[in-house]
Amino acid sequence: MEAVNLKKDSLIIANKKFNSRLIVGTGKYKSMTECAKAIKLSGAEIVTVAVRRVNISDKNKPLLMDYIDPNKITYLPNTAGCFNSKEALRTLRLAREIGGWKLVKLEVLGDKKNLFPDMIETLKSTEVLAKEGFKVMVYCNDDPLMAKRLENSGADAIMPLAAPIGSGLGIQNKINIQIIRKQTKLPLIIDAGLGQASDATIAMELGCDGVLVNTAIAKAKKPFEMALAFKNAVIAGRQSYKSGRIDKVLMGNPSSPTKGII
Amino acid sequence: MKKIKKIKIKINGKIKSITQNSNLFMVLKNLKIPLNKVAIELNEEIVDKKKINKIKLNKNDKIEIVHFIGGG
Repeated sequence: MEAVNLKKDSLIIANKKFNSRLIVGTGKYKSMTECAKAIKLSGAEIVTVAVRRVNISDKNKPLLMDYIDPNKITYLPNTAGCFNSKEALRTLRLAREIGGWKLVKLEVLGDKKNLFPDMIETLKSTEVLAKEGFKVMVYCNDDPLMAKRLENSGADAIMPLAAPIGSGLGIQNKINIQIIRKQTKLPLIIDAGLGQASDATIAMELGCDGVLVNTAIAKAKKPFEMALAFKNAVIAGRQSYKSGRIDKVLMGNPSSPTKGII
Repeated sequence: MKKIKKIKIKINGKIKSITQNSNLFMVLKNLKIPLNKVAIELNEEIVDKKKINKIKLNKNDKIEIVHFIGGG
């Protein structure tokens, strides 16, 4: 039997091929150098970035683009900090203007404490962005009905949360993720709430196409080691999913032959 | 000597005094903004970076200059 060939098992988002199924955030690192090294170790080919004001009084401040080359790594501009459709659209139109970025991450938050997405504003924004030619990867809650609506509105990837952003709680609702997996052919990426590498493996074993991680790597005691752990965990989870797990049974089933026992 | 007239505009929320009849390109150049790494809004409308030397600034104009930073 042939081994699972992960080289041919690319992640395809909006007709673009990626070899890595791990997307990482670039926030919360101690320095740009640390961030760049962690990304390299993670093997990620897509990184999320935020759009913010240029500091006009301190021109010597290090620029992200000087540390992470946008020609080598795909920048995925996000709308972090936006609480309505208007703000999110403004942010992504600006992001596109910086240098032609069409692949974007839409994230419209509804509550400052739990950071859950405002799905009504998210849905509205998805429709507008898709019409304007954006390729929209949408951060959403783990509700299969809303996921379907996003798909019908022109989303290019569905990105349900595992748990609240930055919480590290891991996947709280495996059943919903599995239902979403069954109903959609779009890339399904777990975004937010993972705490450790095994959470990423679980996401991949549920059939997700990828995971997006920021805090779990950036805030780990050893971010470089954790970046590597997540890289391996995603690969392991994907291999496991593709290998077809055994059925679960209630009783024991011996691994050694029962015949010929002395 | 003729006195140079100044006008006040807002850049990224900060009030700046610039020479009257300045165009957007001159203002951005003075601030040493790396144009290939930013996007610019003038009074909440996105500006085409190729045309900034033709855009004259007026009193109370609001300019936003944004770029990419680390984020999740």
